[in-house]
Amino acid sequence: MPETAIEVQRSIAPAEAVRARGVSTGWAIAAGVFLAGALVLGVLAGPLHIGAGDAFHSLLARLGLSDSSPLDPTAESILWDLRVPRVVLAALVGGMLAIAGATYQGVFHNPLADPYLLGVAAGAGLGATLAISYLPRALAGHQVLPISAFVGGAAAVVVTWAIGRSAGRERDATTFVLAGVVVASFFTAIQTFVQQQNSDTLQEVYSWILGALPSSGWSDVGVLAPYVVVASGVILAYRRVLDVLSLGDTEAASLGIDVGRIRLTLVVAATVGTAAAVAVSGLIAFVGIIVPHTIRLLAGTSYRGLLPLSFVVGAGFLVVADVIARTALSPAELPIGVVTAFFGGPFFAVALSSMRGRA
Amino acid sequence: MKAISARGVTVRLGGRAVVREVELEVPRGQWVGLIGPNGAGKTTLLRALAGLVTHEGAVALHERPTGELTRREWSRIVAVVPQEPVTPPWMTVAEYVLLGRTPHLGQLARESTHDRVAVTRTLARLDLLDERDRLLGTLSGGERQRVVVARALAQEASIVLLDEPTAALDIGHQQQALELLDTLRSESELTLVAAMHDLTLAAQYADRMVLLDRGRVEADGPPDEVLTEEAIARHYDAEIRVVRVDDRLAVVPARTGR
Repeated sequence: MPETAIEVQRSIAPAEAVRARGVSTGWAIAAGVFLAGALVLGVLAGPLHIGAGDAFHSLLARLGLSDSSPLDPTAESILWDLRVPRVVLAALVGGMLAIAGATYQGVFHNPLADPYLLGVAAGAGLGATLAISYLPRALAGHQVLPISAFVGGAAAVVVTWAIGRSAGRERDATTFVLAGVVVASFFTAIQTFVQQQNSDTLQEVYSWILGALPSSGWSDVGVLAPYVVVASGVILAYRRVLDVLSLGDTEAASLGIDVGRIRLTLVVAATVGTAAAVAVSGLIAFVGIIVPHTIRLLAGTSYRGLLPLSFVVGAGFLVVADVIARTALSPAELPIGVVTAFFGGPFFAVALSSMRGRA
Repeated sequence: MKAISARGVTVRLGGRAVVREVELEVPRGQWVGLIGPNGAGKTTLLRALAGLVTHEGAVALHERPTGELTRREWSRIVAVVPQEPVTPPWMTVAEYVLLGRTPHLGQLARESTHDRVAVTRTLARLDLLDERDRLLGTLSGGERQRVVVARALAQEASIVLLDEPTAALDIGHQQQALELLDTLRSESELTLVAAMHDLTLAAQYADRMVLLDRGRVEADGPPDEVLTEEAIARHYDAEIRVVRVDDRLAVVPARTGR
């Protein structure tokens, strides 16, 4: 005799009930250690030697747990007004790009999607080029350039979205990807034209496009942090829904998901966060693709685990990349986008080939 | 009580009417076998009933017009087992079946203990409890099919629409899958509408068969009345014989002197 439903239910204690994997303890520790190590490395690395012990005591002094810092005022200033904010900025940018990349990949069912998929990069590039080329020198500094890049990036995505929607197939992710390609080429064409017309600013535009973290103290951190917190917060809140979306648009709809609205929400969050990150750091390539994919390959997890891990590992990855960028050719700086691609590419290739044979 | 009531349902895809003026009333607990040649509109009709494609005409589920339903409410009434379900290889069996709880959860909510117990119960019922931690990418075709059915059952919907539920299975697994569905139907008073190409299996399990051709309902009734040699010849352009095996119909292809 089949048991009645109630009897079966009683026989399953809540403790035995199945659950979805989130972030496993092992991976949480590994990612946390990686980020912590990267942050320490980022703070200590630089032309002026600051010992780990001294930096730690300086931190305690700042927190009011110790009487005075062992560092002289110059070192103290370098530590707290240059290195720490730059490391924090790198962490915010890296985390944002990685989690946005993972989000785009999920929302568009496209493993090659990166945060620049819908034209953010091309739009921000145009915005930055216009600001560098046409605005008076005095204005083109740190205040106007990020705003211009942000507006350009957001405008490009709005145009992409409008084109994608006008095709009348809201549920078809491919339409948006194609619209993004079209908009990106168009904006890049204008950007290249403007650049050609203003060859005197070529160098400046070029270095912005390759990406560079500014050493401008805490002001950029203050500008970027709210965007990153809100954007990643929204994305993390929807991490279960991203697992549902991985079944494809039709099946997600049959499970009660309003696919069009969810996609819009997540794209807005990922785009705003990405545009803000790009506005302060320029176009840092590759983080949004290799970080989520490396986590997928190694930890093999659902979006519930992937999204938080992407943020933490992306943050650590960019801090390390920035250390390399500013120390490899010191006192000159390598563009950080070159570092991420140069080290990220081979590392990803190794991760990919190490997975061969494992199902 | 009627589980499904469709009046004048027409679906146009790319300007072409793929489903035309379909009238269908299904009482609660019935198993309807939806048959018809390739391109007859079976899948599209199922999608219209599930609210996955826009249609003309009126559909009511348990006497509630679907126009009043939100997407989530609709999904609490109707579960779909698609012909080629997407089964992400990195997802575990438990995670996949837990997704079936989505219509019962707030958009940003996690599964409660109640949801997890309900899913565990469903897994136990389909003999999948030992497979709970396996990745979907490692399952055989038969196991995968059962997992997809489990997800649909976890939805706790009273109407289950199945699109070719046995297409990917060998004959043994076909029978097991259909027996399982029949058992679940009587245990949980499910209403089943299953689009099937295998006419013999369809006739053996369905209470009633609906023959669709070029989007129209061409025959509707008990298998004995719908599955005639003449009707199959006309709508499928096939030479077949209908025979009786253990008092149930079987459709056998016949090769005439061509």
